[in-house]
Amino acid sequence: MSRTASKDIATRQKDVLKKLDAHTVEIVKWHFDPKTGSPFWLDWAKKAGWDPRKQVKCYADLDKFGNFQDEWLRGGPVRKWVPKGLAKEPVYVFETGGSTGVPKSRIQINDFRIDYEMFSETLPDKHFPKGADWISIGPSGPRRLRLAVEHLAQHRGGICFMVDLDPRWVIKLIKWGEMAMMERYKTHVIDQALTLLKAHPNIQCIFTTPKLLEALCEKVSLKKLGIKGIFCGGTEMTPQFCRFAVEELLDGVYFAPTYGNTLMGLAVHKPLSASDGYAIVYYPPTPRAMIEVVDPDNPSRIVDYGQTGRVRLTTLTRETFIPRFLERDECEREKPHALYPWDGVRNVRPFNRFSTSVVEGVY
Amino acid sequence: MLHLPVLRRGQPYRSLTVSRTLDFRTKEPFVEISQANSGLIRRDLLDQETAWRTLQGFRTEELIAMSKRAAGHYLNDTLPLGDDAQTPEDYVRQISATTGLPHVMVRRNMMKIYGVMAEIDSVLSGLTRGMDMRILDDGFGMAGGHAVSFYPRGFSLGVVLPSNSPGVHSLWIPAIAMKIPLVLKPGSSEPWSPYRVIQAFIKAGCPPEVFGCYPTDHGGSNTVLQACGRCMLFGDVGAVKAWRTDPRIELHGPGYSKVVLGEDCVDDYEKYLDVMAASIGENSGRSCINASGIWVPRRGREIAEALSERLAKIAPKSADDPTAQIAPFANAQVAQRLNNIIDAGLYEAGAEDVTKRHRGAGRLAEFDGGTYLLPTIVRCDSPEHTLANREFLFPFASVVEVPQAHIAEAIGPSLVVTAITADEKLKASLLTSHDVGRLNVGPIPTMKIGWDQPHEGNLFEHLYARRAFQQSA
Repeated sequence: MSRTASKDIATRQKDVLKKLDAHTVEIVKWHFDPKTGSPFWLDWAKKAGWDPRKQVKCYADLDKFGNFQDEWLRGGPVRKWVPKGLAKEPVYVFETGGSTGVPKSRIQINDFRIDYEMFSETLPDKHFPKGADWISIGPSGPRRLRLAVEHLAQHRGGICFMVDLDPRWVIKLIKWGEMAMMERYKTHVIDQALTLLKAHPNIQCIFTTPKLLEALCEKVSLKKLGIKGIFCGGTEMTPQFCRFAVEELLDGVYFAPTYGNTLMGLAVHKPLSASDGYAIVYYPPTPRAMIEVVDPDNPSRIVDYGQTGRVRLTTLTRETFIPRFLERDECEREKPHALYPWDGVRNVRPFNRFSTSVVEGVY
Repeated sequence: MLHLPVLRRGQPYRSLTVSRTLDFRTKEPFVEISQANSGLIRRDLLDQETAWRTLQGFRTEELIAMSKRAAGHYLNDTLPLGDDAQTPEDYVRQISATTGLPHVMVRRNMMKIYGVMAEIDSVLSGLTRGMDMRILDDGFGMAGGHAVSFYPRGFSLGVVLPSNSPGVHSLWIPAIAMKIPLVLKPGSSEPWSPYRVIQAFIKAGCPPEVFGCYPTDHGGSNTVLQACGRCMLFGDVGAVKAWRTDPRIELHGPGYSKVVLGEDCVDDYEKYLDVMAASIGENSGRSCINASGIWVPRRGREIAEALSERLAKIAPKSADDPTAQIAPFANAQVAQRLNNIIDAGLYEAGAEDVTKRHRGAGRLAEFDGGTYLLPTIVRCDSPEHTLANREFLFPFASVVEVPQAHIAEAIGPSLVVTAITADEKLKASLLTSHDVGRLNVGPIPTMKIGWDQPHEGNLFEHLYARRAFQQSA
């Protein structure tokens, strides 16, 4: 920070974008080189009739791909996504969605480690002490969170305890109207977490979801249990939730909200502040992934700062190339920040055009 | 812009999440409503006992007197509304702006709410079958020559409220006089009445901490229903279905109320057209006690024609017109959607929109910036028809012919049935029906209710359970 503090944000943003262009060219070359590229993208290029290696000269040129279709990620063979240049490496497959139907899959080798190591650099040591143990209370199973949070803990010199929650089961219970059963399941998860928290005094850091954090704080004071930092994510968070967490749940325990998913990786948050209404502003892990805010009716147009639009994701790693993927979220475009001199996103929430309602009866 | 805060134990709380409710006519934001996140509600409701103990510090007679004073404040006074103040006329205009109800209908509903507070002793008498309310103060006493004792089934009553019509608020108001604190989730278009009733009670001396008012989303509503010991849920078919097996929750879904004419009276149907038309059309068809069906053994065609002729005369008027009889939809898309549902039903053979011929225009109408669904009478050949037993948020009724012997079983769940008959068999079949919530025998509009005859659940029995009790002399 101190090394770059002398440069103004605009200059630093230019540097970042320059690096992004170079990174884009390198990643496209890798994925479309017959020796290193994945079967999916090599096949795609054959059908498309143009060679991305020749035509992609900067990040903006990725518009030539059109929008990535999430259906491409459903079903097998999943090895079509493994780049030939990494074919000898052990491959993980992580899933997203899947409450009904076939989940989307992303193969990974080391990306989750790299993403979480980068994220680790943004965590304050005072609140996430090196050497402290962690507990992850939330979705595991086929999700990358399970390995990613554990790696984060290990990277910081800790050991990660685990309590699993199956969100697909929770969604089914809600659909069936089994609210009491859902509560019992939540209690079952929290009870396990409390047992571990009370039995292992070196647990000082928690990863959990907003709902589970609320449930946990109904039972105990995390501060009294020795918790110093909460890393929270997995589902949508509002500024009101963050304010509630800071003002009423956590007794001063540091709160780090995140936005991430299996396809992108992990976005880091601007420090929360009451002065800007606890705005939740995330910055993507540029250049490995970009989050942009686009006009829903013209997804190649990025909206102005402060304007609302749909989230568009681009992932650019040697393991995964996902250009121009339209997420099911909306948000406002945010200006670069001193800590993160590139575009961010403010107050991410579900894309409102997907909401529907049908009413029968006088209510 | 007006702002309505969350009330946490009576204390205003401005949330960072707000919803903006529009003026139905201008389509401009009219009020900003703070939204409670579900965790906040849940946290507040971890301790419900303290508020309950506060109310136990009052004698029932004090709370009854408080209710009566609150009635006057509600009807006549300027009361706090967030950071602003609200006169009774403001209140009328505000409800009208966000729900579409004409002022005259708001005032009628206002009198209904006033009535339940002002006549709280007769309401309580109806709910408890005349029990001496001091029994609640002492925990036991004598009723009908027998020792009785009651205990509360929960420390608060959680109510998830609708936006359709303010009259429904009369159902939860008696809880305070019964010493049970309230946790309200107001409807998104009608937060006005819960706020005003609460402010009236506070002005009358009721401790603020016995009121929670949490405008919130679906998840927050579920939190209210999960956390409160006893609840009421007003909602559409889908909303109430999820809670149908939970005995803590009194469900107020669609009413499917009906007027039934027996063989002995159906030839004189013209004498009863006023009752039928009022049952269908009053309050713009927005209540669950509005009739959505006219079930007859024969002469359905003539009855549908006569009702159509009468109801087709109802036309949109300005919100402040004292003769207004129909309300626009606060959300024009809802009107469009319901219109499509009805049209889709009419494609199915065996049903006719009889009003269409009398209206001379479409069912969907625009007037003064509002979108209306005009009164609609559909004649159905069979009770099996898609439109035979439906309820919509406007004056809509199906006229259905069913042999008299089968009417009681064919009508299905019906919140109110007005049976116009002297036929003993028909009356008996309705009297023994599980499906009828309130039975009016004779030409009584379905909309006419009596405080001494609670329907759709008895609030006292919902809030209190009786225990066996003996005491040595």
